[in-house]
Formats: sequence, C-alpha cells, structure tokens
Amino acid sequence: MIGTISEMLSHAFIQRALLVGILISLCAALLGVSLVLKRYSMIGDGLSHVGFGILTVATAFGATSPLYIAIPCVTIAAIVLLKIGNNSKIKSDSAIALISSSALAIGVAVTSLTTGMNTDVCNFMFGSILAMSKSDVVLSIIVSIIVAALFIIYYRKLFVVTFDEEFAKASGLKAKRYTSIIAVLTALIIVVGMRMMGVMLISSIIIFPALTSMRIFKSFKKVVISSAIVSIVSFLIGIYLSYIYNISTGAMIVIVNLVLFILFSIIDKIIHD
Amino acid sequence: MDLIQIKDLSFSYPAKKDTLKHVNLKVQKGTFTCIVGENGSGKSTLIKCILGLNKGYTGKIKADRRIGYLPQKSHIQTNFPATIEEVVLSGTISNNVRSIFYKKEDKEKAKQVMERLGIYDIRKKCFADLSGGQQQRVLIARALCATKDIIILDEPTNGLDPTIAKQIYELLDKLKTEDKITILMVSHDIERALSYADTVIELSNGEVTFEGTTKDYKKGGAKK
Repeated sequence: MIGTISEMLSHAFIQRALLVGILISLCAALLGVSLVLKRYSMIGDGLSHVGFGILTVATAFGATSPLYIAIPCVTIAAIVLLKIGNNSKIKSDSAIALISSSALAIGVAVTSLTTGMNTDVCNFMFGSILAMSKSDVVLSIIVSIIVAALFIIYYRKLFVVTFDEEFAKASGLKAKRYTSIIAVLTALIIVVGMRMMGVMLISSIIIFPALTSMRIFKSFKKVVISSAIVSIVSFLIGIYLSYIYNISTGAMIVIVNLVLFILFSIIDKIIHD
Repeated sequence: MDLIQIKDLSFSYPAKKDTLKHVNLKVQKGTFTCIVGENGSGKSTLIKCILGLNKGYTGKIKADRRIGYLPQKSHIQTNFPATIEEVVLSGTISNNVRSIFYKKEDKEKAKQVMERLGIYDIRKKCFADLSGGQQQRVLIARALCATKDIIILDEPTNGLDPTIAKQIYELLDKLKTEDKITILMVSHDIERALSYADTVIELSNGEVTFEGTTKDYKKGGAKK
C-alpha cells in the first residue's frame, strides 16, 4: 500500500489533485454544516445543475475558460434562489427543483445541438479531478482560501444566525446577510468543485460530512471539526481507491462518504442503546 | 425610570392593516410587566417593534439596544447540535459584534449566568436533548447574557406543563427581585402570569385597552 501511495504521489497531476481536493473537501464540509442546519441542503444540488447549464452554454459559444463565466453566473443564481425562497409564493424547495431541472435541461439541449455527449461534457457531469488544468488549480486554491477564511471570521455569527434567526436579528445581526454569504460561498465552492466531483455528485460532499458528524456529535463546534475531518478522509480514501481500481474519483468519494455515514449511524446506535 | 417609552406607535403588515394603532406605553425599570390580549391583538408585533425586528412603523420608540430576548420557541429547530454552553455564550454576541472570537469577559458572563440559573454543571449537554422547561431556562440564560437590565419574553411557558411553567415564573420573579432585571412578557396564560406580574398592558385589536398595576387590572380593568 505504501508503495502504491508513493507511486501515486510521484505524479504531478495527483499532487495537484490532492491539494485541490483537500481544500475543496474542507470548504464544502464547513459550508455543509450551515446548509444542512438551515434546511438548505438542496441548494447545492440546484446550483450545481445551474453551473452545468452555464458551462455547456459557455463551451458552446467557444469560451476558453468556462469556469470564469460560471462563477459569477452561479453566484447570481444562488442569490436569486435565496430571494425566491424568502418572499415568494413558491416554497424554496420547489423553486430549487424548478430552476435546477430547467438548467440541466437547457444544458443537455445545448449539448445535443452542438458537440453532443463528448468527453468534455462527461467530465462536467461526473468529474475528472485528474484533468484539471493549472489555472483551474490556482482558481480552486484561491476560492478555497477565501471560503475557509470567511467561515472562520464569521463562525460566531453563523452559529447565532443558524441556531435562532429571530434572536440574531434582535441582537442587531443582519441575518439575511449571513445567509447570503453562505449561499455565495456555496456557489463558489460548487463551481470549482464541479471539476473534481462532477455536476451530479458535488452536492453530496457538501451534505454528507455534516449529516455523518451529526449522527454522533452534539455540539456545533465538534460537528464542524468532525465534518472537516470526515470530508478530507473520505476524499483521501476515495482518490486512493479510484486510483487502484480505476473507478471515477467523484463516485468513489461519495461511496466512501456513504460508508462513513452508515458507520457513524451504527456507532450512534451502539452509544445510545 | 422608564426603560421603554413608546409614543403614538402604529404598524401595519403588508397583509394586515393597523396591527398596532396609536400605541402609547411605558415600561418602568424593575417591573414585571405582562402584555395580555387575544390572538391577533398585536402583542408579538408590539415586542418585535420594540426589538427593532419590525421596520417601517410610525411613532417613537425609545428603548435600550441591549435587550435580552426570548423568541417564541417554534423558531428553533429540533435536533440542532449545540451544547448549552454554546447557546448561552451566543447571547453575548451583541456586546462585541465585530470581534472574531468570544472575549474573556463574554465567557465569564456566560459562566456567571449559567451558575445563577443552575445549568452550569450540565453545560456540555446537547440543547436538543433537554426537556422543554430546561430549554427555556437555557434560552433565558442566553437572553441574560445580552443585557444588564431588561429581558423580553414571547410566551415563555407555551407548551410547558403547569408545574414547569410555575418554575419558569418563579425564576423570572427571582430575577426581578434579586437581580433587578426588568421583565416584559407576552403571555396567554393570563391567570398564572398575573400572579407574578406587577404591571399589566392589555391589547385589543392593536390598541392599548389597559395599562396599570395588576391590582387595578384584577379589580375592574379585566374583562372576559
């Protein structure tokens, strides 16, 4: 096993993949705690589909680095989704379902009209961490550092807002602002994470670590720390298994997450019985 | 001294006009005031105006920004992973909104309050695992962390069984007499609330129909 690992590490593309993957897993897990607790789990799913639609359209128009177009567009979509959820007659889960399937449909339609289902599109759908370009890597690192830093800076406020929005407002916090920050950061992580995990799977690395940690831990701080660890460990085991058995990296990471979730659920049962 | 002064306050929701109509009232320091009235009479709206949660009212509200607040419990979701300590400590957020971490004095304050309310020994327990009465106790502790003078409570005994509700009232009474905390409370549970409150404000259809001592209210002001 150690031999395989050192062989893996000798490839430059794996080194890049590891660095980016660890950072994205960490950030996705941090955001996931707030999203799951705020009942916004589905927003990740919705935004990734919007991201897919935008990437295909951008590629169809011949954009050379579609990620730079996707970032602002998905960010706007995140804000729109929140606004819809807050004040309109359509409930936010239905709104997300509407927007996400529409964006996916547009993406698929545009793909059929232009390139067809080629490897590029397949990579968007199911991820290919190993095919990330240098500029993708740099972008991912910058975005991850911003997300992690903002999470730490706003940690206290995020807790208050997530736990009890009414109390937060009465304490003079602009609760909506923090919800928007979370949505925008989620949009950023989804766009850069899409390369690694693929559109269909990215939302799982946001939700799984938080849900897994909440099985066992009952303090906010412990859930946050555990989510970060669970997420990074799942990524590392996932990429290792995908290298050995030649399975899609994104899929393998989700499967490891699922296994950990089941494991934590069993431990929870044992502890509380 | 008046901690809260309200002059000619009117407020309408987009969907419901005249929720509050020309409300005038004062809350004196050191009192235990109970706001009573039927459903939809504007009780919760009134305290949300005082707390600055409802914007766009007309009239004047003079109130300290440092108010401890205990919202209706339905706002908090079940199964939230948070310890008692985390919840109580979060009450200090308004003392220094800008800093990244809790300060030493915040932690000290939270500790004092938890000891005062007898929940310090169980501070590592999960909030969601507590009984309804204990949860309210924790939320009162959180409210106390945000203020030195006054806490506002929106139906703190809702859904609690009578013995537990009585304990909550006794706790509030103790805070008033021993810690000089002014209490402003909305309650449905009029009978029990009036045996602890010394001042009553009655609202009906958005208007103040009684303001005075509990004694006077029981004598003649009370209706229904």
